[in-house]
Amino acid sequence: MNIRTESVRAPGYLATLAARERWGRSEIAFWLVLVAVYFLLPNNLMFASQILITGLFALSLDLILGYAGIVTLGHAAFFGLGAYTAGLLTKTGYTEPASGLMVAGLVAGAFGYLSSYLVLRGRDLSRLMITLGIGLLLYEVANRATDITGGVDGLQGIAVGKVFGLFAFDLYGKTAYLYVLVVSFLLFVMVRSLMTAPYGLSLRSIRENQQRAVAIGIPIRARLTNIYTLSAVIAGIAGALLTQTTQFVAIDVFAFQRSADLLIVLLIGGTATLYGGFVGAAVFLLAQDWLSSINAEYWLFWLGLLLIITTRYLRTGVMGGLKSLQRLAARAKPGEES
Amino acid sequence: MLNFLGLLFDGLAYGTLLFLISVGLSVTLGLMGFVNLAHGVFAMLGGYLLVTLMGRLGFGFLTALPLIFVAVALISLVLERSLYRPFYKKTHLEQVLLTVGIIFVATAGATYFWGPGQQPIEIPVWMKGQLNLAGVDLSRYRLFLMAVGTAITLLLVFGLERTRFGARVRASVERQRTAESMGIHVERVFQITFALGSGLAGLGGALGVDVLGLDPYFPLKYLVYFLLIVVVGGPGSVIGTLSAALLLGVADTAGKYYIPSTGAFVIYVAMIVLLLLFPQGLLGRRKEI
Repeated sequence: MNIRTESVRAPGYLATLAARERWGRSEIAFWLVLVAVYFLLPNNLMFASQILITGLFALSLDLILGYAGIVTLGHAAFFGLGAYTAGLLTKTGYTEPASGLMVAGLVAGAFGYLSSYLVLRGRDLSRLMITLGIGLLLYEVANRATDITGGVDGLQGIAVGKVFGLFAFDLYGKTAYLYVLVVSFLLFVMVRSLMTAPYGLSLRSIRENQQRAVAIGIPIRARLTNIYTLSAVIAGIAGALLTQTTQFVAIDVFAFQRSADLLIVLLIGGTATLYGGFVGAAVFLLAQDWLSSINAEYWLFWLGLLLIITTRYLRTGVMGGLKSLQRLAARAKPGEES
Repeated sequence: MLNFLGLLFDGLAYGTLLFLISVGLSVTLGLMGFVNLAHGVFAMLGGYLLVTLMGRLGFGFLTALPLIFVAVALISLVLERSLYRPFYKKTHLEQVLLTVGIIFVATAGATYFWGPGQQPIEIPVWMKGQLNLAGVDLSRYRLFLMAVGTAITLLLVFGLERTRFGARVRASVERQRTAESMGIHVERVFQITFALGSGLAGLGGALGVDVLGLDPYFPLKYLVYFLLIVVVGGPGSVIGTLSAALLLGVADTAGKYYIPSTGAFVIYVAMIVLLLLFPQGLLGRRKEI
């Protein structure tokens, strides 16, 4: 960046803010790689869609955990609601997937909005317990209401129609992958612009220091309520994507394990980085695939160990590691910086 | 009516177990504000130690119990030193992640050493069967549980109210900064209470094998119960924890008996409602965590 022209154009802080909004080269490369996956790995597209869906789900958690600092142990509640909504919707005979996603997002969002009043009341510990309680409660409902949800056997016989009546899902997951990629990208662009806008900055200031945030006039409660709702909407859509691409809903969409796994995914990738969720999902699912092929039973052991080590030593995740590498590289070549 | 009395009795015995396990969590949470979701791991460890000591090594039931208390307390000291200590000043989120990690490792470890199934336990003959008291059949084992629970509660209350160490603990819970400035080594106090609390959890887990069951998912299965008891009872309060545990024990037993179809539903709803109604705990301690 050229310092001289910068100082002529605008004050430094404006330039920094503008730089936040601009799409970086690595960001564009990231999405191009995802497009390239479609052509380069045609046999692994189902797995790649799983990674994207988990990444999108992690992005929704990042909104409330990374940006707003709300601790939750029950985010799977919204994922599960979206998954079951999309599944049950096709049972009623309405099979168009794209609008199914919207319905699922709306249902999860409505539930998120209502539960935000319970969750946001307390401090960390009671938030933890209430989110945990809501998650377990929904699991129990899905478990007991076997007539509707199929109970532990899961919801079977879901027939998903063509996207917009044009693109049918195929056996190899080609359509599924593109469909998931497009939805993820659109939601990502929305989240990205929200987080680079003053809105995102106000969330950060709430996380960093509530008292000062109040002092500069940020409506804390309203901000937290609507980011919680938005996060629920995105989690619901991620759940619906899983249902539509796998044509099955397992009861473990509501499981505590899923909420805990998601925290790990985000932690591995790095919180409040936007891309952390996707990167973490890729690392997590690939590691799971590899380690459970060695020994399925003890995957939990590695998972726990990974969790302990990342919280203890690698607090900033993969994205944080990449950033400090970038900084190191920049310091090594000072000539290019100025 | 008799049926109801029997139910009440079972519920109280169940509550006593829950109390034994969660009282340690209550004190450590009140003292350090440390969210230790892995507290149930110590209870599970106690259970597995009992199974091993009695089944494989041929120890008697009553000799095994104190051994388990000491062993679990020592193991928890090692864990406190190596894993927990760096996290005291960190955020609750990091504490949660760390302790969830510990639960996962413990669950996988238990599966590795003892297998995924429920563990059977052979309680001594003299504790089996029923005792008829005024027309109500009472299980001898549950009577024994309640006796142990009562004795430990009295010990704890006496220890906290009447000894110098107890005074230090109370002072540290009440106001950590002031306690430190009075020359109390709060970290040492915490370390000792952590070990004692974990030892009690181990004891509770061992006593509970027959009542609560024992499998590698024990720490997750009962996590909600422990947390609920601690938060409702008010962190750091022994009597609060006891009343919350007994209440929960009776409510859960009655719920499972009268409306079995709802399963764990009642307990989750109770948790959310109680948290909303009493954000400060039943006894209203002002400690924000």
